[in-house]
Amino acid sequence: MIHFENVGLRYGMGPEILRDLTFDIPRRSFQFLTGPSGAGKTTLLRLLFLSLQPTRGIIRSFDREISTIPRDELPMLRRRIGIVFQDFRLLDHLTTYENVALPLRVRGKEEISYRADVLELLKWVGLGERINVLPPVLSGGEKQRAAIARALIDRPELLLADEPTGNVDPPMARRLLSLFLELNRLGTAVVIATHDLSLMDQVEARRMILSQGRLDIYD
Amino acid sequence: MTDMRDTAETEQPARRPEMRVRPTAPIVPPSNVSGNALMLVIAIMAFLACLTFGAVSMVRATAASWQSEISREITIQIKPDDNLDMEQALKDARDLALTFTGTRDGTIVDKAATARLLEPWLGDGLDIDELPVPRLVIVTIDEQSPPDFTAMRAALSQKIPQAFLDDHRTWVDRLVAMARTTAFIGTGVLVLVFSAMVLTVVFATRGALSGNRHIVEVLHFVGAEAGFVASEFQKHFLKISLKGSLAGGLLAALFFAIAGFWQGRAIATPQSDQATALFGSFSMGLTGYLGIAGTIAVIALLTTLTARFTVMRTIHEIDQIRSDPSRTDQLPDS
Repeated sequence: MIHFENVGLRYGMGPEILRDLTFDIPRRSFQFLTGPSGAGKTTLLRLLFLSLQPTRGIIRSFDREISTIPRDELPMLRRRIGIVFQDFRLLDHLTTYENVALPLRVRGKEEISYRADVLELLKWVGLGERINVLPPVLSGGEKQRAAIARALIDRPELLLADEPTGNVDPPMARRLLSLFLELNRLGTAVVIATHDLSLMDQVEARRMILSQGRLDIYD
Repeated sequence: MTDMRDTAETEQPARRPEMRVRPTAPIVPPSNVSGNALMLVIAIMAFLACLTFGAVSMVRATAASWQSEISREITIQIKPDDNLDMEQALKDARDLALTFTGTRDGTIVDKAATARLLEPWLGDGLDIDELPVPRLVIVTIDEQSPPDFTAMRAALSQKIPQAFLDDHRTWVDRLVAMARTTAFIGTGVLVLVFSAMVLTVVFATRGALSGNRHIVEVLHFVGAEAGFVASEFQKHFLKISLKGSLAGGLLAALFFAIAGFWQGRAIATPQSDQATALFGSFSMGLTGYLGIAGTIAVIALLTTLTARFTVMRTIHEIDQIRSDPSRTDQLPDS
């Protein structure tokens, strides 16, 4: 589904943050992306989300080379990818329900067609009682769960999550992990960037370890 | 989602009544500080622009009416002479003038009216027969096809040598020059005020939009097409600009209505006469209302287009970051 070949990236004239990355993200796969702080995990997720282009190398995303994709086609491709940002990126004037429903709304879907799904997902992530609450009132963990729900709501083919359990307690982390596994079982490829070793230990999954710009993969 | 639903049901406690979802809020927040400030700026600029437009229209109309009034009439002046029957000469002059094509009406300024004309200089209770005062005949002419003044002048001097025809050309020429200058200055002021309005509205809209950049980014990243994002912001800013410009335009129209009402009520008073002489009538007329409607439409269009271009440019910038890794200004640390 996603193929990286000798990908390198540097910002300006600085050193290469990512070097010679060659790997695949197969369909229906589940992997953790880990490594020390500053290793380039967020940058790699941005490359996967098509919000950055590499300085060198080739990235093929959904069978298309990203350097050849016109700008106006990017939104359609991004709709196949769900992303959980580290800083959540929720809109403060929309309720939890409206934030989670946003990807469906921008696709032009009628509210009646998605209301039940959104409410169900919100219940699943433990926000069933917080549907009409605005993000500034939510705790860090609740914001994170809302951001996860927003990324999942349209059943993406690829889910990218940047530290998705960083602000939640261990039971909720387990619950979210089981949600990711469930989603993966239903056909979504999942990449979770995390420092949380205990989380990784709960699942037998592929581990992609970034260190000093290089990537080691343990299947 | 069915599998997830099954799992959810097993883990959920007893079902509670379904929570009600509030009516969906607009994607762009309907009201915030920058939006309200923009609405105020638009209202003020619309008021000033409409006021200037009305004032300039008024000055142009007044200048045109000065010019028209004075060029609608000619005057025959007859100097007194011992051998002249003044009353007969006045009638002859009037009749002669009316034989020319292009004349409409002739009025002899009688002794009482002549005395009133001289009252400011010679005082009250003047006996006009005791003084060698010239007498006047005022002839109304067709502005569009005026009579042949040279022929009329020649005919008059042949029949009444004491008669002198004044076609007001000197005054008309001066007034035309003055009216043109006034209209030119007015148009210049209008252009300046409209330019200031355009720049203020454009920059205020961009300022208000800069506070919403994060919304553009989130929409872009959840898969919204650029056209969708732009249309959401367009709708929002169209509402703001219509509210602001309608308030400003209606306030300007109200100002003219109140001034016109005051002028109508205070008719024949020194203050009203002075204001009318200086500014003309405060009535708006169809042109005035069309001007206000046009100004409102221009402001609404400007704001909407600025919002569209700014959103499209913001999205373009986000995509430039994508294609240019050296641009790190919008990225968190890796």
